[in-house]
Amino acid sequence: MPNQADQPAPFWNIQRKEALAFYLCIAPWLIGFILFYLGPVIASLYFSFTEWDLLSPPKFIGMDNYVKIFTRDPLFLQSLKVTLIYTFTYVPLDLVLGLLIALLLNRQIRGIGLFRTIFYLPSVLTGVAYVVMWMWIFNPQVGLINTLLKYVGIQGPRWLLDPKYALWALVLMSVFQVGRSMVIYLAGLQDVPKELHEAASIDGANSWERFWKITLPLLTPSILFNLIFGMIMTFQSFTNVYIATNGGPLDSTLFYVLYLYQKAFAFFEMGYASALAWILFLMVLVLTIIIFRTSGKWVFYRSETD
Amino acid sequence: MTNSLSKSQPTNWRKMFWDAVVYAMLIVGSLMFLLPLVFALTSSFKTNGQIMEIPPRWIPDPFHWQNYPEALTYIPFGRFMLNTMIIAVGAITGNLLSCTIIAYGFARLKAPGKNFLFMLMLSTMMLVEPVRIIPIYIEFSKLGWVDTFLPMIVPAFFGSPFYIFLLRQFFMGIPQELEDAAFIDGANRLQILWMIIVPNAKPALAAVAIFNFQGVWNDFLYPLVFLHKQTNYTIALGLSFFRSTYSVQWGYLMAASVVALLPMVIIFFLAQKTFIEGISFSGIKG
Repeated sequence: MPNQADQPAPFWNIQRKEALAFYLCIAPWLIGFILFYLGPVIASLYFSFTEWDLLSPPKFIGMDNYVKIFTRDPLFLQSLKVTLIYTFTYVPLDLVLGLLIALLLNRQIRGIGLFRTIFYLPSVLTGVAYVVMWMWIFNPQVGLINTLLKYVGIQGPRWLLDPKYALWALVLMSVFQVGRSMVIYLAGLQDVPKELHEAASIDGANSWERFWKITLPLLTPSILFNLIFGMIMTFQSFTNVYIATNGGPLDSTLFYVLYLYQKAFAFFEMGYASALAWILFLMVLVLTIIIFRTSGKWVFYRSETD
Repeated sequence: MTNSLSKSQPTNWRKMFWDAVVYAMLIVGSLMFLLPLVFALTSSFKTNGQIMEIPPRWIPDPFHWQNYPEALTYIPFGRFMLNTMIIAVGAITGNLLSCTIIAYGFARLKAPGKNFLFMLMLSTMMLVEPVRIIPIYIEFSKLGWVDTFLPMIVPAFFGSPFYIFLLRQFFMGIPQELEDAAFIDGANRLQILWMIIVPNAKPALAAVAIFNFQGVWNDFLYPLVFLHKQTNYTIALGLSFFRSTYSVQWGYLMAASVVALLPMVIIFFLAQKTFIEGISFSGIKG
């Protein structure tokens, strides 16, 4: 401890002063937490029990919004289905591809920096411009993908304009941003001690065995991180679909948050939208807790072996 | 070095073979990742006639660079850029100020309840954004902040969990002795923060600024909800408006998209290390 003064201890002793300093330092966050997190989350729960169009004051209607959502709202079911399909295809793809690319990029070979740059670049370019660019790439007549398909004699689908393909087009578009999870894996790979691999080699393990027995277990924390962040992110997908399809064609890409946005800011059904938001909040919370609970069984922390 | 295992001839051949395989995969992969960007770029130099040619020409002939001046004057692109920059500067200032102080508290000071508050802060990173947007919209519209940049700037002055976390991890790596020495010399906490921590944490502060710029530049939901007058649009919102209005003029759209993507590409190339290694010093591995 710094500053050991031997004066008689006043009320504001070293510990209390330090605690005061701590609370002063974090005060902005604490205030922000109440104003922008805790307050809104509680307010949103309250709104979810009301009917409110912003013009007249909110009217308390109990569970009506929730009852309607679960019993008489086909669009809720559709948006949930779309979001779940997207999450359960995109997240595994992202986890596996990100790992494969990271493994390739973890080799000490010439020019590796350039390759890392290229694979990561699309991840930096999120947002509207990136989506507009991809809408052009998906153009049925002269877009990049169908042009390439034509070279090999395949007549490509109408992608974003076809209800059967639109969602997969959105998955494909996001897969190119695999660099986001790739860098997490790369960071994890740099922490895999070389000695472990060397020792295993001496014991006669081939590279396949070393991957399964050493690299992969040591990467499980990175996998857990990517799994949770990937899931939270996909459940909230909004910009890509708002720009690319706005939910169409035929609601085939009506993502949950897009539906919520339409309810709140196009139809001004604030109470109903708040109920949708809380259902999403609880779903993500429960899924996250389940993943964390089961992670004890498959996530391996290095400190456990030390 | 412990590399006493003499490399025998066969393993060398094997290594060369695998390196060749890896190179082949990396080259094919990079082409796949670059092609969409190249395709958009070349399309931006084509007239509306050239762009619809079947099969498309990979290299525009002739180069039609006029898409750029035309697209950028069709809509007030300069204005949108300026608006986005104002928000970015405001938000980055707010985050650098607040997150530095907050992170210092979490990194260095002892107090009852600190661990709980830190966990609470981390858990807010997992909160789904849509659950906050309606009350925040109502909160800010009551304050008369609709159609101002304040909803995108003011919250930054209260810190952002991810940046606080990132800075806190970095601050913890700065030797405590530096601070102790200054403390003995009679410096107070703010002086220590300013004279010891900040100069030693420049890479982390730069990372916060860069990530925050990226966040502002790409943000769509907040501008969409809060900005209604066209003169207030950000670049993302302006481009979205442009897309729905001129949806068939792909040459223009590609030119506008290239311009909108360019700042991020430039920043990425200037600060590659921050992007690719920024994650590792934040210690996010699980």
